[in-house]
Amino acid sequence: MTDTMTNPRQTTEHSVEIRNLDLSFGAVKVLRDLNLDIRDGEFLVLLGSSGCGKSTLLNCIAGLLEVTDGQIFIKGKNVTWAEPSARGIGMVFQSYALYPQMTVEGNLSFGLKNARVPRDEIKSRIKRAADILQIEPLLKRKPGALSGGQRQRVAIGRAMVRDVDVFLFDEPLSNLDAKLRADLRVELKRLHERLDNTMIYVTHDQIEAMTLADRIAIMKGGAIMQLGTPAEIYNRPQNLYVADFIGSPSMNFLRGTYRDGAVHGADMMVPMDGYAWAGDWPEGREVIFGIRPEHIVTGDRLPSVPVKTEARIDLVEPMGSDTLVYAQMDGRDVNIRMEGTAEVRPGDTVPVGFNPARASLFDPETEKRL
Amino acid sequence: MSNVSDLNMGAIAGQIDSEPRGPRPRRRFSRANIFIYGTLLLVSVYYLLPLYVMIVTSLKGMPEIRMGNVFGPPMEITFEPWVKAWAEACTGINCDGLSRGFWNSVQILVPSVLLSIVIASVNGYALSNWKFRGSELFFTILIIGAFIPYQTMLYPIVIMLREIGLMGDLGGLVLVHTVFGMPILTLLFRNYFASIPEELFKAARVDGAGFWGIYFQIMLPMALPILVVAVILQVTGIWNDFLFGVIYTKPETYPMTVQLNNIVNSVQGVKEYNVNMAATLLTGLVPLAIYFVSGKLFVRGIAAGAVKG
Repeated sequence: MTDTMTNPRQTTEHSVEIRNLDLSFGAVKVLRDLNLDIRDGEFLVLLGSSGCGKSTLLNCIAGLLEVTDGQIFIKGKNVTWAEPSARGIGMVFQSYALYPQMTVEGNLSFGLKNARVPRDEIKSRIKRAADILQIEPLLKRKPGALSGGQRQRVAIGRAMVRDVDVFLFDEPLSNLDAKLRADLRVELKRLHERLDNTMIYVTHDQIEAMTLADRIAIMKGGAIMQLGTPAEIYNRPQNLYVADFIGSPSMNFLRGTYRDGAVHGADMMVPMDGYAWAGDWPEGREVIFGIRPEHIVTGDRLPSVPVKTEARIDLVEPMGSDTLVYAQMDGRDVNIRMEGTAEVRPGDTVPVGFNPARASLFDPETEKRL
Repeated sequence: MSNVSDLNMGAIAGQIDSEPRGPRPRRRFSRANIFIYGTLLLVSVYYLLPLYVMIVTSLKGMPEIRMGNVFGPPMEITFEPWVKAWAEACTGINCDGLSRGFWNSVQILVPSVLLSIVIASVNGYALSNWKFRGSELFFTILIIGAFIPYQTMLYPIVIMLREIGLMGDLGGLVLVHTVFGMPILTLLFRNYFASIPEELFKAARVDGAGFWGIYFQIMLPMALPILVVAVILQVTGIWNDFLFGVIYTKPETYPMTVQLNNIVNSVQGVKEYNVNMAATLLTGLVPLAIYFVSGKLFVRGIAAGAVKG
């Protein structure tokens, strides 16, 4: 708390800043020493499995949970002690959380009436939001008479009319069916491009994270495991957890020893030419070699990759656009994503190959990228 | 599918009509049905018979009652006993019937019900949505209050009422009813508000509503079912109360139940069974009316107020 006095932070390019945030419920530490800078107009996704603290962090930013230690800045203002309504945020919840006894219009205007916004201003803001979200015909209805997708639009509208700097989304699409979820995802992306607000979005769905985010923060156990663009997260995961978490099916991991510029597996040698090292060479040490199912190539794409080997097929899952193959490679189970037209049968042994530049090496002890 | 049914048709020709198809037929007079409805009928008769006797007796004149035919319908219907019970029956020195007790009861009932529900609903709302340090302990203490027998507190309350000058006053009885309604009503409201999604409360806070704003604009409008339950509980409880009424009031301010007792149990003169029956029915009318009016809402509220977290 004394930090505020001695070290008043003046920031303009950052919309939300989180400094050394701690949150405990009794003896349970939910967030530990968390730091995060979110740029103005950025779409940041907090991604993680349930219980990783992502929703808790969002609630802290919203002011709905009191932090144990640390500071939160929004637009350069220390809001650690501020009421949720005074923080310049709007929030959208998974269960929509519309006030059931009010009409859509009442839901949209509730916050503005509390803030004593003049009536004309309320009208024009509702009109604008209803326009953008195409909910004008619904304004006189009650939430009970709306479909799931319409309810979530209204909930987004309720955040929009507040004219805030930062939007907080707490798994907003998780209650919708698959098709609607995909539609609203695109709409959200359009909305972000149009409004240009800062958006912080919590989800456990990596497709949502990859498609929406400017940057993704992957969380585990109350800490951020990696913060980066979707491409960085996908191509250069910083640790074993992120590598395993992102991608479906997840990355294949093989074990081997690094010697003389190559990884030596059980019956395979992979020269690591073209691999972008994150640190020193682990000469003579054991490493975990990770390669994604879609980066193992077969058929006529084989000549383009430097490393070639063989895989014995156990099981084939045709998915239409592509075919998922469960196989044995270097004595381990691996997934391979083949083209939908591939004709393979269990028991076949097929030539496969990959480019080590697309692989990831990890230290088995620290689980960090090498 | 069509192959299979073709096969079946060939194999058991002539039994096509008995092939299972559509809703499964149910026998109306199955053993289970006879048992269920038989039991229901028996229990209904058991409970309704006394009521029948009361109504019939209250419509008879005394000569007819003396003939002893308890279950027979009245030969000559008379409303005289009802009029007497309401306006003429004597208790002590007053001979204006139950009407005095009725108005006393109304004066006790209305403020007690309103006051206890208003306070308990705010209590329940605060205890479920604005948890503070020690709120669980506070709640536990309140609930323990529901398990202490009233009798142990009778005399201490007499002293307390005397000290604040409300002994024998209707206001004192209102206070007692309000306090004793608190544990169960608070529990009821707390559990109901706890069942309302927390996100709704969070959304309202983001929207800038405060403690009272959320209470009046979000929570209360959603609390209708549980309000009905609370009203019913309190109306029946307070209206039927005898113990507090007889102790904390005086003859001029006796509630209806106490006055009913004084009419029915008077040892002087003839026992007027028809007047007694009419008086008892009159006293029971208010809770009965409440049950009939509330109907479905009551069931909904009971289900919603079920004990949770």
